[in-house]
Amino acid sequence: MIAYIARRLLYAIPILIGVNLITFALFFVVNTPDDMARMALGMKRVTPEAIERWKAERGYDKPLVWNAAEEGPRRFTETIFVEKSAAMFAFDFGQADDGRDIASEIRNRAGPSLAIAVPVFVVGLLTMVSVALLMVFFRATYVDTSGVVLCVALMSISALFYIIAGQYLVAKVWRLVPISGYSGGLDALRFLLLPVLIGVVSGIGAGARWYRTLFLEEINREYVRTARAKGLSELQVLFRHVLRNGLIPILTASVAAIPLLFMGSLLTESFFGIPGLGSYTIDAINHQDFAVVRSMVFLGSVLYIFGLVLTDISYTWADPRVRLE
Amino acid sequence: MREYSRAPLRALRRLSLAVVAGLGLSACGESGGGLPAGFQAWNNPYPAAESGRAILYSAFVERPKHLDPAQSYSENEATFNAQIYEPPVQYHYFRRPFELIPLTATEVPKPVYLDAEGSVLPDDAPDPSVAESVYTIRIRDDRRYQPHPALARGADGGYLYHRLPDAELDAVSSLYDLPRTGTRPLRAEDYVYQIKRLAHPRLHSPIFGLMAEYIVGLDSYAKTLRAADKALDGKGFLDLRRYSLAGAEVVDEQTYRVRVKGKYPQFVYWLAMPFFAPVPWEADAFYSQRGFAERNISLDWYPIGTGPYYLSANDPNRRMVLSRNPNYPGEPYPADGEAGDAERGLLRDAGKTMPFIDTVVFSRERESIPYWNKFLQGWYDSSGISSDNFDQAVKSAAGGDSAISDEMAARGIRLETALSASVNYIGFNMLDPVVGGDSERARKLRQALSIAIDFEENIAIFSNGRGIPAMGPIAPGIWGYRDGEAGLNRLVYDWVDGKPRRKSLDEARRLLAEAGYPDGRDAATGQALVLNFDAVTRGADDKAEMDWMRKQFARLNIQLVVRGTDYNRFQEKIRKGNAQIFEWGWNADYPDPENFLFLLYGPQSRVRHGGENSVNYANPQFDRLFEQMKNMPNGPERQAIIDEMVGILRVDAPWIWGLHPKRFSLVHGWLGNIKPNQMARNGLKYQRLDVQRREAARADWNAPVLWPLLLVALLALVVLAPAWLAWRRKESARGVARGAA
Repeated sequence: MIAYIARRLLYAIPILIGVNLITFALFFVVNTPDDMARMALGMKRVTPEAIERWKAERGYDKPLVWNAAEEGPRRFTETIFVEKSAAMFAFDFGQADDGRDIASEIRNRAGPSLAIAVPVFVVGLLTMVSVALLMVFFRATYVDTSGVVLCVALMSISALFYIIAGQYLVAKVWRLVPISGYSGGLDALRFLLLPVLIGVVSGIGAGARWYRTLFLEEINREYVRTARAKGLSELQVLFRHVLRNGLIPILTASVAAIPLLFMGSLLTESFFGIPGLGSYTIDAINHQDFAVVRSMVFLGSVLYIFGLVLTDISYTWADPRVRLE
Repeated sequence: MREYSRAPLRALRRLSLAVVAGLGLSACGESGGGLPAGFQAWNNPYPAAESGRAILYSAFVERPKHLDPAQSYSENEATFNAQIYEPPVQYHYFRRPFELIPLTATEVPKPVYLDAEGSVLPDDAPDPSVAESVYTIRIRDDRRYQPHPALARGADGGYLYHRLPDAELDAVSSLYDLPRTGTRPLRAEDYVYQIKRLAHPRLHSPIFGLMAEYIVGLDSYAKTLRAADKALDGKGFLDLRRYSLAGAEVVDEQTYRVRVKGKYPQFVYWLAMPFFAPVPWEADAFYSQRGFAERNISLDWYPIGTGPYYLSANDPNRRMVLSRNPNYPGEPYPADGEAGDAERGLLRDAGKTMPFIDTVVFSRERESIPYWNKFLQGWYDSSGISSDNFDQAVKSAAGGDSAISDEMAARGIRLETALSASVNYIGFNMLDPVVGGDSERARKLRQALSIAIDFEENIAIFSNGRGIPAMGPIAPGIWGYRDGEAGLNRLVYDWVDGKPRRKSLDEARRLLAEAGYPDGRDAATGQALVLNFDAVTRGADDKAEMDWMRKQFARLNIQLVVRGTDYNRFQEKIRKGNAQIFEWGWNADYPDPENFLFLLYGPQSRVRHGGENSVNYANPQFDRLFEQMKNMPNGPERQAIIDEMVGILRVDAPWIWGLHPKRFSLVHGWLGNIKPNQMARNGLKYQRLDVQRREAARADWNAPVLWPLLLVALLALVVLAPAWLAWRRKESARGVARGAA
């Protein structure tokens, strides 16, 4: 398995280079280094000399990907692309265009992002699986039908609506929790309650309906009939056998998502004033801060690849027949 | 078995009590009875320990990019910096037109004019004879810096934290890891040091380019610093004290002198901005230590000032806190203002020592909906008004004015309005062959469009009436602006029944025909006139405005093509002169007509000189008058020249004058001493809070409503009970029906 993991991690390098290249190309199609300098220096009274100095100080005065003025490999290395990308592979994200340290920002913001994302993920997953199993238990009855209808209704509503309606009802009209804000320590709980609740409820529809489909496929298998014939209760059948055998697709969707929880949720963080990584990325895009944008995309790619490796490993735990070679 | 059967009864009894208590509490909330004494509202976003304290709660949308006074230029940054840093002069909080008064200076500095030989010239010396203007500024001796580690000294008098050993440096992750702080008196050298910092090669001060044109020797000083910084490899402490600057020198401990090339009377306004606030050299020596910048330990993150407040917490992602500077000696509240201020109770605190508020907490609110709702719950003391909430907050009053809505008035909220010292306009690129140039044909076309584009309608539709139509480039509140009939743009308006009325479309059509486009067609070719409007288009709101704009042009049968683009490309078009007609705006740096009229000064042309004249207007007569006017003292002679200049502009019509925006803000009744001031950003020290009233209102408005929780529990019971019963039935069912065998 170690050899497999090492191989997968090596595959990650060309993927990350590719992601970097695409991010770089997309960013610089829209923004030139001059635009970035103007955004950083302000729009009033900015002289061309100030722009040139800003670019030179940050290495944006070089060609993007090919430096014809240089010789040999320096034609490639003395470019914005190589200079800005190489350090990232050592997880040295450098500084944002306003001079602030990116790694320190990421460290500070990962906590609040996780404080929402982890409970939403864990509680959401448990709720979705439970609701799905409940519908399977009552399959072909009014409970199942009503459940499916409710799921379709829930998944048809946009996340933004859940947030605005949740804030309006729970925080404004009923005044049960603060409308927005964040705090450290245990005090954070009262700020997290509503966003977590909204995150869970907004995800139930799609998740429960999908898991129901998975479990319905399993429920008619022969091993289930055998389990029943052995006299196991329906709950034991569902939780011990059906759930265990339905885990592979659940793991595929869930484990890969775990590392991405670090990246935060854009809408939720924005509306609830949570100082997480999602809002950091959006701020960077708005301010044309390429250093932050590429760092966050790179981090997202690394975490996604890590998530996929974790998923593969989790298969061996869920299904002993799976071997990674 | 008996105990088991009693458990649900006990649970039911507890539930009933909770229902009664919950409904009771809810009823209190609904009826306005509020929370019982000592009960903390569940929706209070602040720590319980802050209740009852004189803390002002505000919000910010964008995190400040720079707090270093050499770099900071944005309004959202000034919200913080203006309370922390003290430049030598400030704007009077109440008087209008805006007026400078001393802050740390003993008096508003007046320039002494010198000729090329260094001889003193009279105040009215002609501009060409003035080689230098010398400002000698004496500062007060009662100011001390806020407590700060950069100023902490040990028993031997040496600075404790200026040369930390590597091991100690690595242990510092925030400024608050350094337990000792110190202070010292403000000195004239600190002002000189900051002027030198404008040329610091690592800071990129946005006004360096402009100031290098005026402050004697600043340009060459920057070159010296660049060389010195190169020798340091761009790292460590670049001690500016080692390099003298001819244009800024210390006279004695309380006096410094600034030398400005030629005559530049507007320089005194720059002295009111944080760019010219004092920075102690110790700050740079302290912050330039290894690894501090990487950990955001810098002057850009932790300011050091002498003002009424210091930044006691800086988490720009969440919350920034200003606390009262314990070393601030206080400042008397103004005793006078403009007419009506006393009647509004604004002078009640005259002579009392400011500031009145201990702490100001700024929370980050990215979205307007939570901000607004928290304001209505009393968690913010003031708020702006977004378009979504406008109808809820404001109603039309007699005479077309706006007034606070009944709903807001019932909550004790009041409306504060102020015209901005800014102008939004539609510009014609004067280099364009169709709409630009000095020909009569193009001029009449521009004049016709100036009449046709109905900015009264624009203000009503897109700004909820928050603005007034502009008659020229100068904004209200700025010296030189003319109000009423005297300020009427007679090419676009008539004066009817004591107010301006836009000329009819027939007049616009007549001008269009005289321009050679009768009924919107080129008289020579017969082709329809097609014009291009360059705009930054982001969303649905922009589309609505662009549709409106097309409609305005269509009234003259002119086809308008909207060329929407992103902000970067739009800027590029303006820089290169590729736009034809576009929308633009300007916020004043200082309250002098020069700061508006220079936007149309030929040598400021964006395309030719990279200046701020975005329409590239060039009129020799206007330029000559501008040069004559810009250095004159305010008075009838200057006003006459301004009137002449504005007259030229109205005829040439390089802009469609657009509008001057009006800012609306809502303030809770417990927050007093507020008078919006578009120039003075240091207004926090004047404000006063009635904490008892706020606490009472919050308690009244924020009782939790508990019945929904019970409803959810009941619903869960209703849904789950049948499921549970069904499951029980299924589990206990026999595989084969009784008797079937």
